[in-house]
Amino acid sequence: MSATLIFLGRLEDIAGGAERTVAVGPFAAVLAALEPQLAEALREPFIRMALNGVLVADPQTVLLADGDELAFLPPVSGG
Amino acid sequence: MAGDVRLAAALAPGDEVAAFASAHPAAGGIVSFLGQVRCGDGVEALELRHYEPLTLPGMQALAATTLSRWPLDGLLLIHRIGEMAPGEPIVLVCAAARHRRDAFAAADYAMDHLKSDAWFWKRERVAGVWRWIEPRAEDHADRARWG
Repeated sequence: MSATLIFLGRLEDIAGGAERTVAVGPFAAVLAALEPQLAEALREPFIRMALNGVLVADPQTVLLADGDELAFLPPVSGG
Repeated sequence: MAGDVRLAAALAPGDEVAAFASAHPAAGGIVSFLGQVRCGDGVEALELRHYEPLTLPGMQALAATTLSRWPLDGLLLIHRIGEMAPGEPIVLVCAAARHRRDAFAAADYAMDHLKSDAWFWKRERVAGVWRWIEPRAEDHADRARWG
């Protein structure tokens, strides 16, 4: 039972990689299991999220299930 | 009519504009915008990252909105992804319309939204070190012109 976190932009540098496999569970528990520095960067209010390709309105409602993909999206730097 | 929207590892702007123009013979005006990697400031390379589930659908939605705002015969949006060198093309927007004003406005609108809204993250390499590029306030101001 695992889910995948995807880190875009500079979040990749903070995470040390573009993606990571994590245990399933509620958003707060998933973040709590990460390094504090990374969790703090992911909690920034300007970081948006997409769960399985759909933008998330309220992070607190996110419950990661087996096979889910949660992407963390910093502000875009434009095309 | 749907726009032609693509993410591409390579881009030959001249060929694309020629093909687009010949595909829309009824259009009296074709406006094209080509963005290229700026030379200077010691930039050795630029890399465009995207997120597959969002980036192309977002560009397709932008094409649909652009097509709904102006009477166009065709719209082409091609965006490079991956690593590119200074002087290489990054983005090509072409709009075809009966009359040129619609084509100019539509291409301008599409570019302003690509610059501010599209799901791309850019980094550049200077003196061997990669650095992420932060959003520019000007890009958001440009988009705000359209209401």
